[in-house]
Amino acid sequence: MSIKLGVPSKGRLMEKTFQWFGERGITLARTGSDREYSGAVEGIDGVELVLLSAGEIPRDLAAGRIHLGVTGTDLIREKLGGWEHQVEELCPLGFGQADLVIAVPQFWVDVDTLDDLDAAAAAFRGAHGFRLRIATKYHRLVREFLREHGVADYQLVDSQGATEGTVKNETAEAIADITSTGDTLRANHLKILADGLVLKSQATLFRSRTAELSGDNRANLAALLAQLGLG
Amino acid sequence: MPIRAANRAEAARLRAIFEAAGAQPVEAPILLPAETLLDLYGEDIRGRAYVTSDALRGEQMLRPDFTVPVVQMHMQHGAEPARYTYAGEVFRRQEDDPARANEYLQVGYEIFERSAPAAADAEVFALIGSVLDGLPVRAATGDIGLLTAAVAGLHTTDRRKAALMRHIWRPRRFRALIDRYSGRAPVPPTRAALLADLDPLAHAGPEIGLRSREEIGARLTALHEDAAAAPISAAELGLMDALLSVRETMTFALGHLRDIAVDMPAIAPAVARLEARAEALAARGVDVASLEFEASYGRTQMEYYDGFVFGFYAEGRPDLPPVATGGRYDALTRQLGAASGHPEREIPAVGGVVRPGLMLDLREGRAQGEAA
Repeated sequence: MSIKLGVPSKGRLMEKTFQWFGERGITLARTGSDREYSGAVEGIDGVELVLLSAGEIPRDLAAGRIHLGVTGTDLIREKLGGWEHQVEELCPLGFGQADLVIAVPQFWVDVDTLDDLDAAAAAFRGAHGFRLRIATKYHRLVREFLREHGVADYQLVDSQGATEGTVKNETAEAIADITSTGDTLRANHLKILADGLVLKSQATLFRSRTAELSGDNRANLAALLAQLGLG
Repeated sequence: MPIRAANRAEAARLRAIFEAAGAQPVEAPILLPAETLLDLYGEDIRGRAYVTSDALRGEQMLRPDFTVPVVQMHMQHGAEPARYTYAGEVFRRQEDDPARANEYLQVGYEIFERSAPAAADAEVFALIGSVLDGLPVRAATGDIGLLTAAVAGLHTTDRRKAALMRHIWRPRRFRALIDRYSGRAPVPPTRAALLADLDPLAHAGPEIGLRSREEIGARLTALHEDAAAAPISAAELGLMDALLSVRETMTFALGHLRDIAVDMPAIAPAVARLEARAEALAARGVDVASLEFEASYGRTQMEYYDGFVFGFYAEGRPDLPPVATGGRYDALTRQLGAASGHPEREIPAVGGVVRPGLMLDLREGRAQGEAA
């Protein structure tokens, strides 16, 4: 029996995670062919590497299918209701920083704050007969944020990719998306609202509060956390 | 008796009481077209209702309450005046608190009547109160009409009044607007820079999206006009604050509100309506001398209540949702009437709902049986 550690299965997030563990004496590696999602762990016993899509890690943590997992705080908060009851945030890993922000066309010179966005949304609805569309994949986080700040007369439209292009394509009037440098937003003639920061996210190591710790696993987990300096 | 069956029996008992009080029993579909609800409540409803869809009818919502379908049914073929009762499940999406039920029974009583609004308000409140008799609950009441009257009477621009009206149900944004219109909050530097710029659109970047240059121009004009408008006076602001902080028994609240109305005559008709309601409640045997009244009550709920609002809460159980809620929703029938192309079908309406499962939980000391 071993502790299951869920790690994003590809890209920079995987490499950086491997590096972070490597610096703490635990070597993680993908095994088999490039297309096969299986992994190996060296430097500690009783830990099994599970390679998963970063977007699935929150659900697998909540379901207790993995004991530990690395994913963005944005995904945890978006996908898990009452996330604090389901997972514990063990340690921010210092990479994968990204901000979930609300952005509007630079051309909207009259809109700089959420207050302006709300006023523009009211006028837009009057002029166009439908509510101002904000494209995002972070429905829950954005809706809660806008409700808390009293913004009305908008609607969220789903966008799972190339969200910055939706305004130009006229499938949305504004967007809410993750950005790290803001370059893509600027390239698409969008600007971030002065008070439009919904969430600051980064890659973080989470512990499942629901995964069973039977047999040796209690000791395995303690040993792993001790080696990571989190014990 | 199994919990579900007990809840159902209690719902049937309550509906029979409402029927005996003169209401006609009605049914409502469980799946409602999402568009109507989204139009009324905005995106927030998605956080509270379950949404599903098919390729034929598009988005549907599991009914989050009966009010909208009952109003629609009445506007299609109801006689006037009308009293309706119904009992059935409502579905509420719960994303944060696993202890809250996402499916429970509601039993309601609704009155559609053009005359004697005070009597209808009192009838609903007293009837709901009577079925809760003996349970450890306390009632809270309020009146959204006072606040709308106060806003309508402010000495400021129509545009500012419209913005405040729009946010009556969002106290935080309402407060931010008041602070800005009164000069209590400073003008943000970016706004000042924008207003100082003679042609801000000249260096604005490419025109993308549906919101046009004309729309932006119109808002710039509005911002300039707003900047030139006089601030809402400190005296009016003080009265508004005094009004919003009224919180005492209905009898004392009335005295206090009459005092405020001397300096703020715009609320006098609303105070008179409250007074008529208090008399109608007393005539129905409600002890208005000990009934709580709070001017800000009901502002964070669903935004269709626009007059009398009330709720019954389990004593010493702030963890539980209200056992009963209700209020007047004249504007809802106006909006639904306009949306269906029949604005003439608007009709004043007041109603309330009780939760039989919660009532049994309280009566029998059951733990969360409603959610079972």
